[in-house]
Amino acid sequence: MPEAVGDLLVEMDGITKDFPGVHALRDCRFDLRRGEVHALVGENGAGKSTLMKILAGVYRMDSGRIRLKGADVDIATPRAAQQLGISIIHQELSLMPNLTAAQNIFIGREPRGMLPFVLDERALNKNAQALFDQLHLRLDPQTKVANLAVAQQQMVEIAKALSHKAEVVIMDEPTAALTETEIDELFRIIGKLRETGVGVVHISHRLEELKRISDRVTVMRDGQYIATVETKDASIEQIIRMMVGRAIFEEAREIHEAHPDVVLDVRDLSRGRAVRHVSFDLHRGEILGFAGLVGAGRTEVARAIFGADRADSAGISVNGRAANIRSPGDAVRRGIGYLSEDRKRYGLALSMDVETNIVLATFRKFLRAFGRVDVGRTRSAAQQRVERLAIKTPSIRQKVRNLSGGNQQKVVIAKWLTADTDILIFDEPTRGIDVGAKSEIYHLLNELAQQGKAIIMISSELPEILRMSHRILVMCEGRITGELSGAGATQEQIMTYATMREAVARASE
Amino acid sequence: MKIGSLDLRGAQRTTLMRSDAMQRFLAFAALIVIVFVFSLLSPNFLQFDNVVGILIATTVNGILALGVTFVIISGSIDLSVGTVMTLSAVMTAVFITVWQLPVPVGIVAGIATGGLAGLVNGVLVARLKIPSFIATLGMLNVAKGLALVISGLKPIYFNDTPEFNRAAMGSVIGGIVPGLEIPNLVVVLFVSALAASLILSKTILGRFTFALGSNEEAARLSGVNVDAWKMAVFTVCGLFSGIAGVLIGARLNSAQPSLGQGYELDAIAAAVIGGTSLSGGEGSILGTVIGAFIISTLTNGLRILSVPQEWQTVVTGGIVIVAVYLDIVRRRQRP
Repeated sequence: MPEAVGDLLVEMDGITKDFPGVHALRDCRFDLRRGEVHALVGENGAGKSTLMKILAGVYRMDSGRIRLKGADVDIATPRAAQQLGISIIHQELSLMPNLTAAQNIFIGREPRGMLPFVLDERALNKNAQALFDQLHLRLDPQTKVANLAVAQQQMVEIAKALSHKAEVVIMDEPTAALTETEIDELFRIIGKLRETGVGVVHISHRLEELKRISDRVTVMRDGQYIATVETKDASIEQIIRMMVGRAIFEEAREIHEAHPDVVLDVRDLSRGRAVRHVSFDLHRGEILGFAGLVGAGRTEVARAIFGADRADSAGISVNGRAANIRSPGDAVRRGIGYLSEDRKRYGLALSMDVETNIVLATFRKFLRAFGRVDVGRTRSAAQQRVERLAIKTPSIRQKVRNLSGGNQQKVVIAKWLTADTDILIFDEPTRGIDVGAKSEIYHLLNELAQQGKAIIMISSELPEILRMSHRILVMCEGRITGELSGAGATQEQIMTYATMREAVARASE
Repeated sequence: MKIGSLDLRGAQRTTLMRSDAMQRFLAFAALIVIVFVFSLLSPNFLQFDNVVGILIATTVNGILALGVTFVIISGSIDLSVGTVMTLSAVMTAVFITVWQLPVPVGIVAGIATGGLAGLVNGVLVARLKIPSFIATLGMLNVAKGLALVISGLKPIYFNDTPEFNRAAMGSVIGGIVPGLEIPNLVVVLFVSALAASLILSKTILGRFTFALGSNEEAARLSGVNVDAWKMAVFTVCGLFSGIAGVLIGARLNSAQPSLGQGYELDAIAAAVIGGTSLSGGEGSILGTVIGAFIISTLTNGLRILSVPQEWQTVVTGGIVIVAVYLDIVRRRQRP
């Protein structure tokens, strides 16, 4: 049967996948034609990568059906996918940095010399060179991958896919780490693949790219298939609407006026490629929302302010005075507290009790002569916090491990309140917390703001950001791409800024 | 040209000297400096007999270090090489003196004993997923205990088979070039190193050794049978321990069951000084051999200068710390 451009290569139907406690995918479908670039878009956690990892044999589906060129297939392992001509280029590139480009491409399939266990290095490099020539790439096959730029490493992955005679190439956010010139080069290569009849799946957050490269777009949301459209027929606004179109939290905003005093002033904060020239100020009694996609650099901003990572450049002042924050200790002394998104790892001593955790950051305040801890005072301080924050625990002797997610989060908050912090940075404060406990945390945040604490809230949940924030800063690729007033902002506005690559590029010139 | 900017960037990065080559160069320079300094400080240092002494002293540690280099490049560690060597020596003695096997058969069986211990290490690490530090620490004690039990706590002498000792301490080279009496065991070191070097750079085993240490998950996703190759790497390391066991037995004309512990650290030190990275993926046999020579030359020179043995240990310890620190500094500079 002749294989023509436009023939169906892949049909996925009714794909369902559960991870413990999560419905990752429900009844999803996807198809791919020969010689097309099919973009797969959606918010964080929409299930794009999961769906494609099923196609690439990384995960197994719970139910559903995959057909390849019209025949049912069972893709049990990455190896099986490769043999069927399906290659995936992961977001975290899976290359071996100490090996050369050529060695990486042919790992496990090395040409052999006279003896079956002896390598034929010359043939290896020649074959790699032939692949590079085919893609019109100027790369030396003998360069170690560690010495290649990310964009070049991606090219090596593409060449590797090609060497497997892949007919389906899945690229998971290939442009996330690339510069504009590098993206041009990548798109040229994708064009080459398309010409040879390969079907390319392009997972991306950057909507303006879709217009340039894709033929069709499939939108996913919350683990479900939403729609597939011809790219030329759809506007970016339409696509965004499909991406975020879920019901918005219908609970009233309880927002009061923020104070005009600036307590934290950040100027030109930069750290590598993750944080670029970030400037903002934070007022007393304000909740400042930081929105953006995962990897936009929000956590990195928080860690740099808190002194957990060293910034390349920064002008930070706290309460009008310049602050040189070089370690978390410096930050705490200036009244800044950071509540990590991963509280189990960075926020709590899980095997210790509630009391110890609450006074952990401030033991010094509870010391008597000769370094003895004043147990009476730690106990009463902890007891007081537990009551004030309504932490549900049988006693302050309970191990933190045994508390629910919401109550664990409250213990972390109690810790920072005990440390007299005025500026609290919350990184994904409701992650892993069930719905009921969430609104308690929201309540608490509002109360703290009302008492005059200044709060930075990093969150990937748009409804949460919209509900809580006085102002919203949106980040994309290390920069602040937009500022919105909390009142009247929409999910669509935030998504537009969060995917605003063009503006990023313009601003960088 | 469209991709001009990409090319430029690649070129800039590759002009930086490859980091493991850099450390190898440093190690070689250090060895030269050490030799130079000691030859100034002591007229006896460069005497032929002393040089041969250094060569002999390098042999056992050098061969152990060859095996350990494979394991470290693959991203694991093997702490059992010293006592596996002892067990191999004891088993060689059992094969030759108790079972009265012909000497060549005894030698092969002794080496195989080491390979078997290595294979067990490999199974523990690859199949049972026990961290190599712990698995081989266990093997260290198991091998040590077995050596003591089997030998009945006493050295076993090869007095009935003088040809065993002669095979190691005699000199084939001296027979060909009169006066150049370099013992055969030194030749064994260099032949072993050459073999190890070829395996590492020219064979599929070598390629996968680097692949495992560089990014094991990537190798797995590329369809490489990661577990099998890991077992192969540990087996190779065990075989080298076996060779070292046979050599030390021949040199001392006896299997000394209480010897061996502590040798693993010298072997690891030799590899690290020679530029093998403890985080895996980087290293070379040439570097390891240079590293082994640095250790033995230093020990020898300090002894000639009558520095107490305790201080010799302090110096080698300090050098290992410096070498590891250099490795960490290089790693930090990585783009």
